[in-house]
Amino acid sequence: MSKAHVYKRDHINTDEIIPARYLNTDDEKELAKHCMEDLDAGFMKKVSKGDVIVSGEDFGCGSSREHAVWSLRGAGVQTIIARTFARIFYRNAINCGFYTIESKDAVERINDGDEVQIDYQAGIIEDKTNGQRIEFRPLPEFALEIIRDGGLLEHIKKVKG
Amino acid sequence: MSMTITEKILARASGKKAVKAGELVNAKIDLVMCHEVTTPAAITMLIEKGIDKVFDKKRIVVTPDHFQPAKDIKSAELHKRLDEWAKRHKIKYYYKLGRAGVCHALLPEQGHIRPGEVIIGGDSHTCTYGAFACFSTGVGSTDLAAAIATGELWFKVPESEKIVLNGKLPKGVYSKDVILAVIARIGVDGALYRAMEFVGPALKDMSMEARMTMTNMAVEAGAKNGIIGFDATTKKYLAKRLKDKKTYKVYESDADAQYVATEEFDCAKLEPMVAMPSLPSNAVPISKCKGKPMDQAYIGSCTNGRIEDLRIAAKILKGREVKIRTIVVPATPTIWKQADDEGLFDVFYRAGCVIAAPTCGACLGGFMGILAAGEKCISTTNRNFVGRMGHPKSEVYLASPATAAASALTGKLEDPRKFL
Repeated sequence: MSKAHVYKRDHINTDEIIPARYLNTDDEKELAKHCMEDLDAGFMKKVSKGDVIVSGEDFGCGSSREHAVWSLRGAGVQTIIARTFARIFYRNAINCGFYTIESKDAVERINDGDEVQIDYQAGIIEDKTNGQRIEFRPLPEFALEIIRDGGLLEHIKKVKG
Repeated sequence: MSMTITEKILARASGKKAVKAGELVNAKIDLVMCHEVTTPAAITMLIEKGIDKVFDKKRIVVTPDHFQPAKDIKSAELHKRLDEWAKRHKIKYYYKLGRAGVCHALLPEQGHIRPGEVIIGGDSHTCTYGAFACFSTGVGSTDLAAAIATGELWFKVPESEKIVLNGKLPKGVYSKDVILAVIARIGVDGALYRAMEFVGPALKDMSMEARMTMTNMAVEAGAKNGIIGFDATTKKYLAKRLKDKKTYKVYESDADAQYVATEEFDCAKLEPMVAMPSLPSNAVPISKCKGKPMDQAYIGSCTNGRIEDLRIAAKILKGREVKIRTIVVPATPTIWKQADDEGLFDVFYRAGCVIAAPTCGACLGGFMGILAAGEKCISTTNRNFVGRMGHPKSEVYLASPATAAASALTGKLEDPRKFL
């Protein structure tokens, strides 16, 4: 079971996820210490391994820094559920083998702190706290293949031998 | 089949006669841009996966820029990893300190950008190069690693959105004001996943520098790429610059190509624009925000740190004195030298500005002009997100070099037209 951290707003950008002042390293553990720092200074105190973030439109807009995905992953975040994603963030997530879920209404139906369970194959989010059942369209097959292979580079190694 | 310029370039790069929006293609990459923030991680990945190779040492351009000269020990380590890798693989175009500059100003200036090519870079503003009628987009470190090793990447062919720029820009209004007006209308995700194709008569009077300011900010509307067709201005800019291969192929959109949206703008009616915190889409005309006190002015970056930008700022600052901290950052060593030769440094010095070495620096809150809590900065850069230039409680206001210079003189948001 995962706890949902809900941010009811749009355009959460990479500067908020991991401020550029910390881009002098690409160490995931180091980046995780500052995850979401400029948006929610208390985030790292409340997040536990396997938790999910739920948000609105255009999540991850801004810089191409994959550090944003690494800091979230380093912080233990299992997946991001958002109405839409900014394209570079979305692509980086797939390339890193990190799941993202596009859902139009999750941000309205899941409350901050709710316990959720996700079935990635079936495309179902169950909010155990309020009993809501939210369906989503799983990632396209080629993206799932990259994630199953453990990211883009492993995928390339496998495909190209 | 009719196609847009973006579709034609991606079709050529993926060895197909035609592609259409939404299609997944595997495209050959013509050029890869690398800097010290996102490339070291890509290098480490390649080493760890046992594929530490480069697809073509002549088609990778390397320049440190974000934190150069190294701002602290950690960034020095990033520079060192980039340096060791570039030397080990004998990267032909490796710009070291003294020749290195803000990547998106440096690569076109040094003749690395060719029309019709597919270019990727480990930086979101790689879309800048689309001003030269090429397909260019920013990627993260894993994509960068894949492109470095294989010279290929998968892309979903983007739908195209046409931005029609009619009319002539009035005095004191620049391409920065145009792109801020465009983003204000369509929003920061208004062109999400799309190609933003700029067309129209207003482009005719715009230099390549001015055009790059617009394609640079295509990503601020969520676009995959920004693109402008080839014309005499493009040809002239490229004539004496191109490195290695001097030839290129020119593609243009078919008259009946498909666009998902078309937005028309009358540039003649535009005012200088300022994007209020904390989104580039919060742009309003200067008449609606004039008078707000500022603490710092910043003139530089891949958006507006080119020679033309410095000339515009100098014209306003000449013979006057700034009232707030004003930082001028020529984007490349060549621009730095040119500005000095043209006497612009004398103008900046007398006006009370500081002139920094080429770097991305303060634009992304790195160094060389960080803001304290509560401070406000009028900046010629491209993002005004929370904490972008420093403390999360500082504020960034985006504008043209003219508006930034005028605001530096009065210490508050100011209409540049009163100084022209």
